[in-house]
Amino acid sequence: MTDVVTIKEVVQECYDTKTFRFDWDADARPGQFIMVWIPGTDEIPMSISGIDGMEKSITVKAIGEATRRLHEFKAGDRLRIRGPYGNGYDLSRGELLIIGGGVGTASIMPAVTASGADTIIAARTHNDVILDGVAAEHARNLWIATDDGSRGFHGNAVQLMRGKVAERHYDCVIACGPEVMLWFTYQACKELGIDCQLSLERYMKCGAGVCGCCVMDDSRVCRDGPVFDMEKLAKLTEFGKSNRDACGRTVKFR
Amino acid sequence: MVSLKTDIGSISLEKPGIVASGIMDETGPSMVRMIESGAGAVVTKSVGLEPNAGHANPCFTEVTGGYVNAMGLPNPGIELFREEMEVAVPKGRIVGSIYGAGPDDFSRLAGRMEDYGACAVELNLSCPHAKGYGMEVGTDPAMVKAIVSAVKSAVSIPVWAKLTPNTHILGDIGMAVQDAGGDAVVAINTLKAMVICPEIGKPLLSNKFGGLSGAAVKPVGVRAVYDLRTVLDIPIIGVGGIENWRDAAEYIMAGACAFQVGSAIGTVGTDVFARINEGLSAFMEEYGYSSIADMTGVAHD
Ligand SMILES: Cc1cc2nc3c(=O)[nH]c(=O)nc-3n(C[C@H](O)[C@H](O)[C@H](O)COP(=O)(O)OP(=O)(O)OC[C@H]3O[C@@H](n4cnc5c(N)ncnc54)[C@H](O)[C@@H]3O)c2cc1C
Ligand SMILES: Cc1cc2nc3c(=O)[nH]c(=O)nc-3n(C[C@H](O)[C@H](O)[C@H](O)COP(=O)(O)O)c2cc1C
Ligand code: FES
Repeated sequence: MTDVVTIKEVVQECYDTKTFRFDWDADARPGQFIMVWIPGTDEIPMSISGIDGMEKSITVKAIGEATRRLHEFKAGDRLRIRGPYGNGYDLSRGELLIIGGGVGTASIMPAVTASGADTIIAARTHNDVILDGVAAEHARNLWIATDDGSRGFHGNAVQLMRGKVAERHYDCVIACGPEVMLWFTYQACKELGIDCQLSLERYMKCGAGVCGCCVMDDSRVCRDGPVFDMEKLAKLTEFGKSNRDACGRTVKFR
Repeated sequence: MVSLKTDIGSISLEKPGIVASGIMDETGPSMVRMIESGAGAVVTKSVGLEPNAGHANPCFTEVTGGYVNAMGLPNPGIELFREEMEVAVPKGRIVGSIYGAGPDDFSRLAGRMEDYGACAVELNLSCPHAKGYGMEVGTDPAMVKAIVSAVKSAVSIPVWAKLTPNTHILGDIGMAVQDAGGDAVVAINTLKAMVICPEIGKPLLSNKFGGLSGAAVKPVGVRAVYDLRTVLDIPIIGVGGIENWRDAAEYIMAGACAFQVGSAIGTVGTDVFARINEGLSAFMEEYGYSSIADMTGVAHD
């Protein structure tokens, strides 16, 4: 579905990240994303970071031309969006532990508000923590981890997750964040015998499962994903190792 | 017993549905997935001599009845495409789609596709939004004839030419392919189109123009195949807006011996081939068609 929406409110989450709220009459599930057109620059994928009836939001980290331009948008400005795309998280898999790393926290937030499950937000420093206010309101427990120890647990998301899993019972881990974090989350879940659902990222053009540019092995990240469970992740030989550029050439991570 | 088996000249397919160029055919594993989900063959993404990133985003949008896209032929280039072919070719029939600026480009690319094990090459003479390629070379019968002749003498596998509907001389172009020894024509590619966003007051696509595909183009495609059947003797492969067995049957009755499906892999899903195969068999059974050849062209008197 394509639509033009009007921004109702812009919230500064931290020094480089803003949330844009708008009314959008579309059914969206936690974990889905939209394609956002920034006229004159680009069209880019953005997770839906909030779902409150008609009201939806996206939470954007300014890292390049399009996202910096988007940060100039104000209440009253209009955005052309299309979607929602992707499969979303399955919240019915028993006791959940939900993890957001960096701006990946945007993607998991609707799952936190819908399930109220235990949540970890991980970031580089206390300055990079986002959406902790929303999470604190809905999650049964909220734990923060920072790489430099400036807030909460001193260490990364996977280390904190291991600690929590040792203390309590979880059936499934839901996570979105940088691919290295997800790779180690996957390894840890395998080792601990817990199911997981990880939201992956790839270069996207159509977002609708048509153009094939986002494929990992035989799966379209935009349509068959972006959320993949343990069983599917095991078949993705490119997960954690490589992605593809705009031409479709394989680019190794390390 | 009805059979879905069909022959496109010297190529025999177990099933008549083929994945159209540009959808789920950029990587080896995705082509294998489509073969396993019921396609009789897969046409690769159109590949050129050099890696190409295509047009900038936005290059795609949904519209009523389909999609408008201006991907701009993104592809990793013929050299790297070897890796994808190595994965796909052992699993099924793969047709190598290629694009170039003239006879030399096409001949070189076709030779490589033959080396990689393609069962045929499909010449993209029809993309509506790539400067210097596609439709720009495919609407000139003399150029089409030169390209097809050059490729015919460069390879020994069958040569298919994919035609654009964006012309009033479709029959002449089809004849140019046939005269040059082309083994089949594929019709149609997308229709040149544009989308404007009123609230923003600008064309949506970065390239401004794109190509319309999906259900909306089906009647245009069926007409094109019907027209071509009246002038050509070589096999015709129908493509454009096929979503279910009825759509496929229309193309076959207009004169196609096989068909391709693109957009419906998005709108319906990757199981679209299995559904079409099942529906087509049931229809043929009920209406007394024992083979695709029996049904081909019946709409002509
Ligand atoms: C499913 C999905 C959900 C996302 N959700 C969010 C979110 O909620 N919040 C957020 O801040 N970011 C999100 N991103 C990342 C975001 O799309 C990119 O950061 C953004 O496109 C960068 O654009 P730019 O022009 O500012 O940067 P550029 O300088 O153009 O690019 C910087 C990097 O961003 C990535 N990128 C650029 N264009 C695309 C594209 N079309 N598809 C995928 N990646 C691209 C590339 O890795 C590139 O190297 C998501 C990405 C995906 C695939
Ligand atoms: C996203 C997209 C990419 C395409 N890329 C190519 C291509 O690379 N080469 C080509 O010959 N046709 C390409 N096409 C055209 C299709 O192969 C097909 O001819 C057209 O879409 C009509 O069929 P359909 O309605 O079943 O999609 C593309 C179509 C779409 C939608
Ligand atoms: S972005 Fe086009 S198939 Fe995923």
